[in-house]
Amino acid sequence: MKKYILALGLLLFCGVLAWPPAGAAEIPDVEEIVDRANRVAYYAGEDFRASVRMVISDAQGRTRERQLIMLRRDVNDGGEQQFYLYFEKPADVRKMVFMVHKFLDRDDDRWLYLPALDLVKRIAGSDKRTSFVGSHFVYEDVSGRGIAEDNHELVEVTDSHFILKNTPKDPDNVEFSSYTMWIDRENFMPVKAEYYDKQDRKYRLMEALEVRSIQGHPTVVKSRASDLAGGGETVTEFNDIRYDLGLADSIFTERYLRRPPREVR
Amino acid sequence: MNRVLKIFFLLPLLLSPASAPASPTMEWLADHDLELHGFLDVRTGARLQDDPYEKDFSLAETRLQLDLDGDAARAIFKIKADLVGDAVAEDLSAELREANLLFLPLDFMDVKIGRQPLTWGTGDLLFINDLFPKDWESFFIGRDNEYLKAPSDALKASLFFEPANIDLVYVPIFNNSTYIDGSRLSYWNPLLARVAGRDFVFADQERNRFPEDSEFALRLYRNFRGIETAFYGYSGFWKTPEGLDPATMTLTYPRLAVWGVSARGPVWQGIANIEAGYYDSREDRDGDDPFVRNSEWRLLTGYEREVATDFTAAIQYYLELMQDYDAYHRTAGPFAKDEFRHVFTLRLTRLLLNQNLQLSLFSYYSPSDDDGHLRPNIHYKITDQWAVEGGGNIFFGSADHTFFGQFENNTNLYVGVRRTF
Repeated sequence: MKKYILALGLLLFCGVLAWPPAGAAEIPDVEEIVDRANRVAYYAGEDFRASVRMVISDAQGRTRERQLIMLRRDVNDGGEQQFYLYFEKPADVRKMVFMVHKFLDRDDDRWLYLPALDLVKRIAGSDKRTSFVGSHFVYEDVSGRGIAEDNHELVEVTDSHFILKNTPKDPDNVEFSSYTMWIDRENFMPVKAEYYDKQDRKYRLMEALEVRSIQGHPTVVKSRASDLAGGGETVTEFNDIRYDLGLADSIFTERYLRRPPREVR
Repeated sequence: MNRVLKIFFLLPLLLSPASAPASPTMEWLADHDLELHGFLDVRTGARLQDDPYEKDFSLAETRLQLDLDGDAARAIFKIKADLVGDAVAEDLSAELREANLLFLPLDFMDVKIGRQPLTWGTGDLLFINDLFPKDWESFFIGRDNEYLKAPSDALKASLFFEPANIDLVYVPIFNNSTYIDGSRLSYWNPLLARVAGRDFVFADQERNRFPEDSEFALRLYRNFRGIETAFYGYSGFWKTPEGLDPATMTLTYPRLAVWGVSARGPVWQGIANIEAGYYDSREDRDGDDPFVRNSEWRLLTGYEREVATDFTAAIQYYLELMQDYDAYHRTAGPFAKDEFRHVFTLRLTRLLLNQNLQLSLFSYYSPSDDDGHLRPNIHYKITDQWAVEGGGNIFFGSADHTFFGQFENNTNLYVGVRRTF
C-alpha cells in the first residue's frame, strides 16, 4: 500500500513538473518579451530606409495622403536612434525635412526644415502622443515608446501570441489608461494593440496588416491605426525597404536638413 | 477698370489648366529627372479704416508659382518663378524667386550658387544675425510667410569639419530688404513730421556697384549635445535704408558690420534660445551724424513649449540699445527714438481637425514705444491640394512715429485661397 501511495505521489510530482505542457517552459519573462518586441519592431538592422505612404481617412471617408522617405539609424541597439523624414507629398510640404534624435533618458531633439524659407526650426516636442503629420498614428508609434514608461503584465499566452497588458507609470502624461498588445510568439513582432481610455473604453486600435521578412528581419510593411471613438483611420505602407545601408552619422545633422542626402533623392 | 485689372481677374481662368499639368508633360519631365510643382494663389486684403494716403485695398493679387527641380548625381538645380497679377500696384510681373545650382565639389563642402533664400539665427520673426533680405511689405499685407524672405543673389559655400561647420556667403551686389516706402503702406515721414504715403514715396539710392557694394556673411556653428551654438559675422550695409541724403532727400544704405552669437537648446520640455549682436554703423561711429543710424547692441531671448497636445506657446524678449545716445539726442529733434527699445512677442499656435485647421496668433508689443502689431491667422487645408486662409495685420501705438505705431492706418484683413500641384 505504502508503495502505491509513494508511486502515486511520485506520479503527481512528476505531473506537476511536467505541467504546463511541453513548449510552455520556453515562455520568457515578461520583461524579456517586451525588450525583444521593442528590438524587433524598432531596432531591426543597424539602419533602415523606406518609402512611406500614408492614407488618412476621416470619419466621413475623405482621404488625404502623405508620402515620405524615412531613414533610421541606431546609435545603440535598444537605445538612442536618429530619424530623417523627407516629405514628398502633398505638394505643400514637399521637400520639408523632419529630423529626430531620440533619447531614452531625456526629451528627443526635433528639427523641421522649411525649404521655401531656408529655415531650420527647432521643434518643442515633449508630447509624443501628438498625431504624426495629421494621421491616426502618434509620434511614439513611429519612433517607439520607451519600454520603461509602462508596467508590463503577461495576461495570456495563446498558441500564436503573447498578450500583454501595459499600464503607464505616469498616467497623467498619456491619453490612455492602458493598452493590450499582441506579440507574435515566433518572431516577437507586435501585431496588434488596443488602447483603453481613462473610462476604460476601447478607443484606438493599431494593427500590422502585413509582415514580411526583409533581409532576414521580420518587417511590418502595412499597418493601420483606427480611431474607434471618433471614426477614421490611417493605413501606412512601407515600400523599397532596405536594412544596413551603412548610413553615416553625419546625415542626421543640419547639413542634410538644408540639402537632402542621396539616400532620399 | 483697366487692362491690368482685367488680367488679374482672368488669370485664374487662364491658368487653371496649368494647375493640373498634362500628364505627358509630367512624364517627359520625370524621364529627364525633372520635377515641376507650384501653386496658384488668389488673395485680397483691405484696410479696416480710411487712410488718406493709400488705397482701400492693401492686397489684391493672383500668383502662379512654378517650381522646377532637377537632380543629377553631384548637382541639384532649382528654378522657381512667380507670375503675379497685382491689382493694387496695377501691374503684371514675373518674379524670379530662385534660380540656383547646388553642387558638392568635396566631401566636406557644399556650394550653392545663384538666387536663393538664406536664413540663419534663432529669432522668430525677429532678426539679429540674419542679415539676408526681407520683404516687409509682403509681411505686413498678408502674403504667405514665404514672401517675408526675399531671395539673395549669392554664392554660399558650406564647409563641414569636426570642430565646427562654416558657412560663407558672398553677395556680389548688395541685396536690400523691401522697405515701407509709402507706395502701398503709409509710414512716418521724418521730413514732413507726419504720416505719409503715396503723396511722398521715399526713393532710395540703390547700391549696385561691383565690387564696392558686395556683402559678406559668415557663420561658424556647432552642436554640443543638442545645444546649437553659433558665431556670426557680416560686412555690408544696413538692409533697410537707415540713412538719408539731405541734398537729394533720398534714402541711403550706410555701411554696416555685425558680429554676433547665438545658442539654442532644450530647456525644461521646451526650446530656449538666446542671440546677441553688435551693429557697427561704420559711417557714424561716433553717433553724431543725424542722417545715419547709430551703432547698436541687440539681444533676444525666447522660449517655446507645447503647452497641450497640438497647442504651442512661445515668448520672446528683444532689445535694441542705441550707442552714443547723447550724441544722437542732441540732433534728433522732437521725434527722437528711445535709447532702449524693448519688444515682447507671443506666439500661440493651435492645431485642430487632424491638424488641418491651424489657428495662430503672433503678437509684438513694445512697452518702451507703447506700440505693437498683432497677426492673427486661420489656415484650413480643405484637401491635400486646396487651402484657404484668412488673417489680419493689426497695428497700434500711442504715437505716430514709433516702429509699429506709424502703420496704424494700414491695419488690414486678408483672405486667400491656394491650389498646390
